[in-house]
Amino acid sequence: MASTNVKPTRMELNRAKARLKTATRGHKLLKDKRDELMRQFMLIIKQNKELRQKVEAGLGEAMAAMSVASAVMSPEMLEQALLYPKQSVEVDMKLKNVMSVEVPEYSFKTRSDDPSEIYPYGYAMTSGELDDAIGSLSQTFSDMLELARVEKTMQLLAQEIEKTRRRVNALEYVMIPEMQATIKYITMKLEENERGNITRLMKVKDTILQEAHGYE
Amino acid sequence: MNGFKIAVIGDKDSSVGFKALGLDVFPADSCEEAKPLLRRLAKDKETYAIIYITEELAGGIMDEINKHKDEVTPAIILIPSKNGTLGLGMSALTSAVERAVGSGVL
Repeated sequence: MASTNVKPTRMELNRAKARLKTATRGHKLLKDKRDELMRQFMLIIKQNKELRQKVEAGLGEAMAAMSVASAVMSPEMLEQALLYPKQSVEVDMKLKNVMSVEVPEYSFKTRSDDPSEIYPYGYAMTSGELDDAIGSLSQTFSDMLELARVEKTMQLLAQEIEKTRRRVNALEYVMIPEMQATIKYITMKLEENERGNITRLMKVKDTILQEAHGYE
Repeated sequence: MNGFKIAVIGDKDSSVGFKALGLDVFPADSCEEAKPLLRRLAKDKETYAIIYITEELAGGIMDEINKHKDEVTPAIILIPSKNGTLGLGMSALTSAVERAVGSGVL
């Protein structure tokens, strides 16, 4: 117990009281932070769930279309068609501050604005199924990007909430009770000393009076 | 911060379509192949902001993926492969909730 290794002096008492005050205040602030983070987190979770279902459905469709395409075309042909992509994507990342957690926000820009640039092949040698597959893939892509943002935000928030929760608990269940115990220990000890002092004075008074007047 | 790229790790059939969209595709057919690949891509924090990886490959290298959970880049996102979803992406959601709340709620 930490309370036993402090000196029971008034100065220590004052110091302990000041520490307790700070700890209580910190505890309250951290608790507020945790609650707000939790609220944000719940929103993100909901978004994430919806987006993931959407992306999984969209990709499932695109993959199915792709396997049809690869069944119709020879694998060499398919590989050749997609060998050299015309389009390229760049992602810009901005950091957004959510309750002092830095979360990323992505925006993507494509090298060319022409939507047909995603088909890096001539139409003569490839099947229409491939066009469909790639088209539906590109439709899902913006959802995939959004999913990346939401999922990363979720992970970062989860980490921060975990940290804050630990801090709140440490303050609530360890630090604050410990300080209260210290304060109690010092107050008791000081009172004890005070009582000891009074008894001693009374005793001394008795002795002096007895010596001076011979009282019993 | 600008000019990041997006990587896709997956088996050939699942990932080939992303090439047409202009993403960088890294084919891998097994977890053993995917692991060093992912490590290499994730180490370079200036190049790839997002790495999509198929659930089939991700299943075996979860430890490597979890290493990057607490960093802003890269975001490693699981996607279903051509064989459909394994539910790993959804379970990542549950585990994040567990981590935040301290116990499962969903």
